[in-house]
Amino acid sequence: MKNKNQENKNDSRRSFLKSSALLGAGAIAGAGILSSCSNEPESSGEKIKLLTASGELVEVDPSQIKKLRKEKLSELQERGREGLVGHHWTMVIDLSKCKNARKCMAACQGAHELLPYQHHINVLQMQDAKSTSPYYMPKPCYHCDNPPCTKVCPVNATFKRKDGIVLIDNERCIGCRFCVAACPYSARIFQWHEPDYTEEERNRIYDIELNVPQKKGTISKCLFSADRLRKGELPYCVSACPNGVYWFGDKLEDAVTNGTTKETRKFSELIKENAGYTYFEDLGTKPQVYYLPPKNRTFDYEPKKKFLEEGEYPEDKG
Amino acid sequence: MSATPNSTSESGNKTYEQIREDLIRPLHNNSFWNQVWIRFLIIVIVLGAVAYGHQLIKGLGLTAMRDYSAWGMYISNFVFWVAVSLIGSLISAILKLLTQNWANPISRISEMIALGAITMAGASIVIDMGRPDRVLNIPLHGRIQSPIVWDFFVVNTYLVISAILLYLPLIPDIAILRDRMTKAPKWQRKIYEVLSIGWQGTQEQWRLLKKSIRIMIILILPVAFSIHTVTSWLFAVTLRTGWHSTIFGPYFVAGAFVAGSAAVVIAMYVFRKRLKLQDYLTDHHFNMMNKLVVLTLLIYLYFNINEYLVPGYSWKRLDGDHLQELLMGHEAPLFWMTQILGMVLPIILLLFKPMRKPLPSMVIALFVLIGAWIKRFLIVIPTQFHPQFPIQNVPEHFTHYIPTYTEIAVSLATLAGALLIITMLVRVFPVVPIWEEAHDRGIHKIFKAEK
Repeated sequence: MKNKNQENKNDSRRSFLKSSALLGAGAIAGAGILSSCSNEPESSGEKIKLLTASGELVEVDPSQIKKLRKEKLSELQERGREGLVGHHWTMVIDLSKCKNARKCMAACQGAHELLPYQHHINVLQMQDAKSTSPYYMPKPCYHCDNPPCTKVCPVNATFKRKDGIVLIDNERCIGCRFCVAACPYSARIFQWHEPDYTEEERNRIYDIELNVPQKKGTISKCLFSADRLRKGELPYCVSACPNGVYWFGDKLEDAVTNGTTKETRKFSELIKENAGYTYFEDLGTKPQVYYLPPKNRTFDYEPKKKFLEEGEYPEDKG
Repeated sequence: MSATPNSTSESGNKTYEQIREDLIRPLHNNSFWNQVWIRFLIIVIVLGAVAYGHQLIKGLGLTAMRDYSAWGMYISNFVFWVAVSLIGSLISAILKLLTQNWANPISRISEMIALGAITMAGASIVIDMGRPDRVLNIPLHGRIQSPIVWDFFVVNTYLVISAILLYLPLIPDIAILRDRMTKAPKWQRKIYEVLSIGWQGTQEQWRLLKKSIRIMIILILPVAFSIHTVTSWLFAVTLRTGWHSTIFGPYFVAGAFVAGSAAVVIAMYVFRKRLKLQDYLTDHHFNMMNKLVVLTLLIYLYFNINEYLVPGYSWKRLDGDHLQELLMGHEAPLFWMTQILGMVLPIILLLFKPMRKPLPSMVIALFVLIGAWIKRFLIVIPTQFHPQFPIQNVPEHFTHYIPTYTEIAVSLATLAGALLIITMLVRVFPVVPIWEEAHDRGIHKIFKAEK
């Protein structure tokens, strides 16, 4: 009796499953028909003008536009991780030229949509010893060839590309800040707050080579303006400098170009003639940003305040 | 299960039934204060959860952490909880392997503390993440080179092993509860029914159980050492002064045993008083446990001297800056208070037998435990304010770190969480192992049940 009952139950269950499967299939088919119908008409007469990749201006119906957001994102991430193969980017910073104009900082913060206290490049006031003169020192990320930061990343959200740039992927970053702790050069910043974006700005496709839009709870840092390099242009800071501080180029070509004068020189010669150096060589990080010592300066050093005062930055809602 | 009382066995004057009832009695205790305590913990947890929810929405900007102090109170909490959790392995594994049988009655206390602490260690690390929604990226995109990945797996492994090590010796006791706690609420009886997994106490079952426990107490050792060593490496592998130290692994492990032992002394005191276990957690146990506290403190003192004297002697530029601040500067009051009240003074005091009595030793243990937390705070935070390059062009408050209300509320919630886990475990399971207690008192009847 019990068995029989159970069988019945099973039977009814099976038939229920069958019928619901049928129903499901029907629903899918129905939806398919419906959607294929809705695709064709519904043209409200409204057209959108679009410029195709080949430069033609075309008109299309708004319903025909498919958003490529996902594909575009993964494509950008893929090529961003690969880098510009066949290059090894390097920067030379001539400390004898830096007058603390801070145009580099402004250009950088503008491009990467940073707040006044967030620095991918930071011009520091330095003094090596009491007996030596103080000087200004722009400090970007050094894009080390042996980066301590990428080593510790648990999810490969920060990585070194084939062209030497240390990049981050803020779509993957989990916000553990181990890389901040690991970097001996304080090159990394964290988005502690929700960046002040409109809904539209926040929903832009993430450009891994520009690290924009910035995201709450993830890391940001200097990227050697990887987006500009892809276009064959010099980095934002380099082209913004009015004083000829920056040389930027490719170590494999042994050539660097000055961002202000556009003069190109042999990288190895420039370093050798001017006693170029990198920071903390004993750490073995192999920085790819070189400094030329602050010699023969003809301008005055004016000490500036070392901290931002309240009112100079948007309220740090803490 | 009706073992005839072995009324006066050589080592104790309690019968098996008396022991059993003494240790089960606290489970019936659903007193007013017990209720108040549990509700209090729940309120603290809810407040912390609200603060955390706020932090989830607004970002870690609600904490006092900024770019130059990128790790703060949450990470020191994490280190603290990992440290406390190590006590399970010290008492249940190391002392057992050394056949230190006096520790048997406190082994379960240590395992309960371990489980509560390691759970909160896991919670603390997620709380500290900027993007907790992406926590699965660790197994998905995990890079084996990163110590955080090691920590992720080792913390989870330790959590599982701790739970198993708590559970295995509980099985015979759960079977007793299943048979005795007939008046308990239904859910509770169900727990006993399921968790006793048909324990009858046959010889074969005992053989299997003892073998499994032995395997677990050996297995837990490398995991326990790994978990805190790896935690110390989160700091030691960086190039930062004050962190980049080769002795950080053993230094942290030694400190962990200090924190955990102190936690056990406090728990012993509370359970002895509240659960009326004076006959089971005796002065002898306090005496022995506090000797263990002194031993761990002495080892920790040795590592402290190494950790501070050596760089303090050579006084390299950044080492010097860091130590100047720690030993003589801004952090000095906190540092010396911790070192003296939390380490040196307890060692001296606990050398005297009267200080190893329950009440005084509990007070000392409180100082040691609080000191242990502050010490982790002092290891994690000040170092970050001595980077290689000067801190400039940021708001001035980026150069110091004072925890915000959000951080304090969330941290207190993890404390309440650990206490709630321990409280609930104690509500449902006997805090002193019944069968082991009987065994240690020379009552063997229970082990030779039906064939």
